[in-house]
Amino acid sequence: MSDSFNLEIVNPEKLFLSLDNVSEVVVPAFEGDMGILKDHISIISFLKPGIVKVFTGNEVKELYVEDGIIEFSENSLSILTSRIIDIKEIKKDDLSSMINEANEALKDENLDDQKRFIANQKIDVLNRLN
Amino acid sequence: MASLDDLKKRITSVKSTQKITKAMKMVAAAKLRKAQESAEKGRPYSDKMHNIILNLSKNINDKENAPKLLAGSGKDNVHLCVVMTSDRGLCGGFNSNITKKAKSYFKKILDSGKELKIVTVGSKGFDQLKRAYKEHIIENISFKESKNVNYFDADKVGKMIIEKFEKGEFDVCTIFFNKFKNVITQIPQEQQIIPLKSEKSDDKNDVMNYEFEPEEDEILNNLLPKNISTQIFKAMLENSASEQGSRMSAMDNATRNAGEMVEKLTIEYNRSRQAAITKELIEIISGAESL
Repeated sequence: MSDSFNLEIVNPEKLFLSLDNVSEVVVPAFEGDMGILKDHISIISFLKPGIVKVFTGNEVKELYVEDGIIEFSENSLSILTSRIIDIKEIKKDDLSSMINEANEALKDENLDDQKRFIANQKIDVLNRLN
Repeated sequence: MASLDDLKKRITSVKSTQKITKAMKMVAAAKLRKAQESAEKGRPYSDKMHNIILNLSKNINDKENAPKLLAGSGKDNVHLCVVMTSDRGLCGGFNSNITKKAKSYFKKILDSGKELKIVTVGSKGFDQLKRAYKEHIIENISFKESKNVNYFDADKVGKMIIEKFEKGEFDVCTIFFNKFKNVITQIPQEQQIIPLKSEKSDDKNDVMNYEFEPEEDEILNNLLPKNISTQIFKAMLENSASEQGSRMSAMDNATRNAGEMVEKLTIEYNRSRQAAITKELIEIISGAESL
């Protein structure tokens, strides 16, 4: 118990996940993956498409996020994201449609570097899941 | 006086109207529960978003270089108003309350000589505003196809607003919607979303020292557009709960009125029936007496 902290994952529709016995969370922060343990310094950062890993005891939960913001303060971590899916529940059809969506976005000539990077990242992660 | 047949027809017609309003009330009640639930579920997201932005903006010392979505474009000439209404009618004063609120705001802006642009979300608002403000309406969005309020619709509206802002088409953006208080009360609200109005917090002590990765302004640049979509989504959720609540009470009233009307008509019907019988009896008796 002593090494665990609170985790809340919310998306616009609802509170997606709320746990109070998380030992470690690995998030795909914009500048690289970031592991968060108890008593981490207060931090705000934003996410790129990737996998969030939640460690509770011996269990590991893996979730796909498309974007989001994380806030960690006083041993409670909040992840706000517009799209989050449990990897176990992800379907092949959804995957391919999401990959197509990202590919479409890449075709836009006027895309700035950041958006291009995010779209590429998304395709990369999704392909790995596929 | 109306004939017996006419009265009978009217009673049946009022009764069938009553059946419809009663059914609509039931449907609205069921939908209301769902809408209310999703409005409540949506709150943590917008609250958290709000908190993070508040924390971020407190940490930004360089106010001059703050992102435009937060600080504004520095001008106050063109106002964009997003009026959010429903796509369906028969919900009492729901839509007219919003448009009334919006119209008084429009008047204020136009009187002070500023330019006004209107975006309507939902077809009822467009119908009500197009007569008086046709030349100001630049866009009309409606989500008739989507059954439930979802974030991606809100995101579309949000992105459109941001795009217009970046092109410099307006300086201040305000949204109008109904806040759901309870089934009987919905409060029409105006909320300024660009530039973001930050509430003044008196105690400086609650400023947390956060580590930022990447820099504050980069996070803010990323976060502010999301916040706009979130605010719109919140407004849409509140609106849909209000719409159902308003419809429910309107239909409840309609059902009650129909009941009263049926009662009145039935009394009238019975009286004229009795009158006809009495008349016939008198005719027979006086006929017999004259023999």
